[in-house]
Amino acid sequence: MTDTSVVHPDQLTVDQLQIAPSRRYREVIIRYTLVVAALVSVLVSTLIVWSLLREAWTFITGVVWADTWGQRGWFPRRGLYDIPTIVVASLIVTGIAMVVAGPLGLGAAVYLSEYANRRVRSWLKPALEILAGIPSVVLGFFALTWIAPNIVGHIGRTTFLVLGAVILLGYAAISAGLARTKIKQYREGTADPSARIGAVASIAMLVVVFVLAGAWTLNVWLEFVPNNAGSLAAAGIGVGILTIPLVASISEDAMAAVPDSLREASAGLGARKMTTASSVVLPAAISGIVAAFIVAVSRAIGETMVVFMAGGAADAARFADSPMEGGLTMTAAMASLASGTDSVVGEGLTFQSLYFVGLLLFLITLSLNIIASRFVSKVREAY
Amino acid sequence: MSMTDEAPRLIERPVAASGEATPAPGMAPLATERDVVFQSQDVSVYYGSFRAVRDVTFDVPKNEIMALIGPSGCGKSTVLRCYNRMNDLIENARVTGSITYRGTDLYDERVDPVEVRRRIGMVFQKPNPFPKSIYDNVAYGPRVAGQKKGLDDIVENSLRKAALWEEVNDRLNDSALGLSGGQQQRLCIARAIAVGPDVLLMDEPCSALDPIATARIEDLMQEIKQDYTIMIVTHNMQQAARVSDTTAFFTADVRSENDTRTGILVEVDTTQKIFSNPSDERTENYVTGRFG
Amino acid sequence: MISRLSDDRSRAAIAASIERRRGDTRGLLFKTVLQMCLLITLALLAVLLVTVALDSTDQIGTRLWDFLQGTLRSRSTDERLGLHQGMYGSLWIAIIVAVLAFPVGIGAAVYLEEYAPRNRFTSFIEVNIRNLAGVPSVVYGLVGLALLLNGQIFGLDRFTGGSSALSGGITLAILVLPIVVITSGEAFRAVPIELREGAYGVGATKWEVIRTQVLPYAAPGILTGTLLSMARAVGEAAPLILVGAISGRLGDNPGLFDIGALTDQFTALPIVITSWTVQSGRDGGFTAAAAAAIVVLLVFVLMMNSAAILLRNRFEKKRG
Repeated sequence: MTDTSVVHPDQLTVDQLQIAPSRRYREVIIRYTLVVAALVSVLVSTLIVWSLLREAWTFITGVVWADTWGQRGWFPRRGLYDIPTIVVASLIVTGIAMVVAGPLGLGAAVYLSEYANRRVRSWLKPALEILAGIPSVVLGFFALTWIAPNIVGHIGRTTFLVLGAVILLGYAAISAGLARTKIKQYREGTADPSARIGAVASIAMLVVVFVLAGAWTLNVWLEFVPNNAGSLAAAGIGVGILTIPLVASISEDAMAAVPDSLREASAGLGARKMTTASSVVLPAAISGIVAAFIVAVSRAIGETMVVFMAGGAADAARFADSPMEGGLTMTAAMASLASGTDSVVGEGLTFQSLYFVGLLLFLITLSLNIIASRFVSKVREAY
Repeated sequence: MSMTDEAPRLIERPVAASGEATPAPGMAPLATERDVVFQSQDVSVYYGSFRAVRDVTFDVPKNEIMALIGPSGCGKSTVLRCYNRMNDLIENARVTGSITYRGTDLYDERVDPVEVRRRIGMVFQKPNPFPKSIYDNVAYGPRVAGQKKGLDDIVENSLRKAALWEEVNDRLNDSALGLSGGQQQRLCIARAIAVGPDVLLMDEPCSALDPIATARIEDLMQEIKQDYTIMIVTHNMQQAARVSDTTAFFTADVRSENDTRTGILVEVDTTQKIFSNPSDERTENYVTGRFG
Repeated sequence: MISRLSDDRSRAAIAASIERRRGDTRGLLFKTVLQMCLLITLALLAVLLVTVALDSTDQIGTRLWDFLQGTLRSRSTDERLGLHQGMYGSLWIAIIVAVLAFPVGIGAAVYLEEYAPRNRFTSFIEVNIRNLAGVPSVVYGLVGLALLLNGQIFGLDRFTGGSSALSGGITLAILVLPIVVITSGEAFRAVPIELREGAYGVGATKWEVIRTQVLPYAAPGILTGTLLSMARAVGEAAPLILVGAISGRLGDNPGLFDIGALTDQFTALPIVITSWTVQSGRDGGFTAAAAAAIVVLLVFVLMMNSAAILLRNRFEKKRG
């Protein structure tokens, strides 16, 4: 202001349109504090990847693969790190978990979303949430002290074959249904050739899984040994119970996203509730349901304590291809390495082997989660 | 820094010696129609690359009520929100052109939008009292501005000005959410007044209210206009005709080739002229109900 | 319409179709199967709770007070067997998680929801956090091991005392951080725009709007998220095994609020449960001890979970 006398009394200056400096500085300080908080998350992921890669690399370059190649089993203290042993055990546990959690979780979700009235829902949902909140060590205890003797212990040769057949037939029926829609898509000659490749590939995958699972079931049946102590089967069922709420809640979210107008349209055409649920709602929510299964698989692979406690193997494991045997999954192998003497010690590369398995686990679960989020966003786009 | 260059622009049609003749603040206004609070020049608003409003130019006279009318989607609310920089809160919104507020460029980089909003209050379409007591709602603005003493007086004066004091003075500590819709909206006016603004922007303040509550708000606007310059966006032409001194009519310029609508200003004039003898055919069609 | 129905034949047809509908056995079967899925799930939950409760009576029913005050022992018949060290570890882990993860997590959520520009870097951080939430907990244990025990970075092991309750708490704080960010972010997104506009409209700064409007409105949602993540942290065992929680014998028996013991060797409730469960094959008495420890852990975990669920349901109802 050089000459205020000329200025109109109503006139404002830029200075009058500013707030007190103390308020302004506080804004800046808080903003940067919050930026730091947000960057911590980036730092955490960097640290995860960095620490995994660093030790895993030492393991990869240091371990003498040729010496132990072809030898099955996980005996880290003897320098035998056979990755297939723990990966196969992880697959067995995850497979059993999904056989338990898939139908139960999905069935519960369909019931809650399509049949249950408000009052029933207001009791059932919290019950499922309580199950979701039970720590995995509790399931580990339950799997070892109750599931192993009372469920797995009662499975004999014949029961196993019947169970296997029922599961395989169920799988085959669902696959046939899926394959039919895929074949229809293929026949309709979608202009997009990648859709055709996708249809062929998914059918092939269903068939391959069926053949492998069938052969494996037969093999286990032939060499069946009953077991009522800790086993991969007991651990698998425990992990399955743990993942039921996960499957249920994600599938239910997906079905809740299906607009009611679709249900009304179906009912308006005279469809029954079952028809509406199975041929309108489920197909419309299929992406979300697939996402639920993938997330559950990821969770099951990463579950540690149930297998560590109820898997029937201590700090080393022979190669197990039957769920009735004890075994170490990738996660349980890590926990047992660390717990044996209350700290990670061991000959040579034991410490580094932890990180190699950890890296493997990290990559598997990360890719599963990324695939699942793709499916989830598909549902969001659709409605 | 000198503001002398800006001064002549403020008074568009200067009366003789208006500078000396203007009465002290708070006294009855004299010849204020020539005092201008806002001058907008070629104002356009963009959302990303989409131009929502283009080339709006008009002045807002002091201590008058100006109504912004037009069909929905013509950008009148968007224009209103330029005057207290509410559009700054929308991430990709951008305002071009110039708006001066009492001689100062509102969009000068040294101007703090927080202070702008204190001086230029806003009342929103839906009554939005905070989930606090009536007292705390009114005292909110002064408190964030750092005021700690004299809040009781501010609350009482603001509620009196908003014609709400008689109805709530015995329950100032009750939740504001317990008030009726019309009372809530008057509370929001009191809340806006409490920080001592000189302009009130009202974005369809009565659209969620019943006719009786609407009438009360309209009366209130007439009572407070001696102290405040008011800009009101309204859907309701009768309301514009009833309450405003000047009216700006906006419409949407629809481009069928790329399916975009851009708001444009058609004309600004005294309310009487707009509703009786508009100079633009589009205005006439709108106010006579043939369009919109 | 009504008059047309007077036609006897169509009336009969409608009656028949209603009859058919009543006798829709496939639909009934379908519904029953779905109900069974839920019932089996709930039955498993019930069996689990009952088994644990029954198993635990040997300890809880006869020597509850001694059990809570006792320590890790190598024989289940040892009368000094008990949970004290486990409770010490879990209590301090919970405190460390609350002190570290909650402010940082809520702060990160405030930044991402309220401040961050919508650009690639922000969405990278958001995707990153969502992926972190899916990383198996045992991997976090590896990170804690590398970072806090082996001193690979900044010699942090000297600060944490290596394998200690402090290390365990920091590791679990990192583990629940993404959960806190995600749940708080959801709570912030639920704050109505009208509240923010009202506050901005009377000249509040961004932080003032957040502090006086956004945070109070989002508080129940944030509290729900923090309760859930606290329950998760208290129940986690795998990361603690990796950072070297003790399952055998621990030397001292610190007072519950003895800060000095934070950098000593430690154990926690889930570790105690694991250890006793694993030992139950060799020494059957440990089954009861493990079950009793589970009861104590479940009391805490389920209390936090149900508080979170109740809180959320109440506010969902209130706000429609």
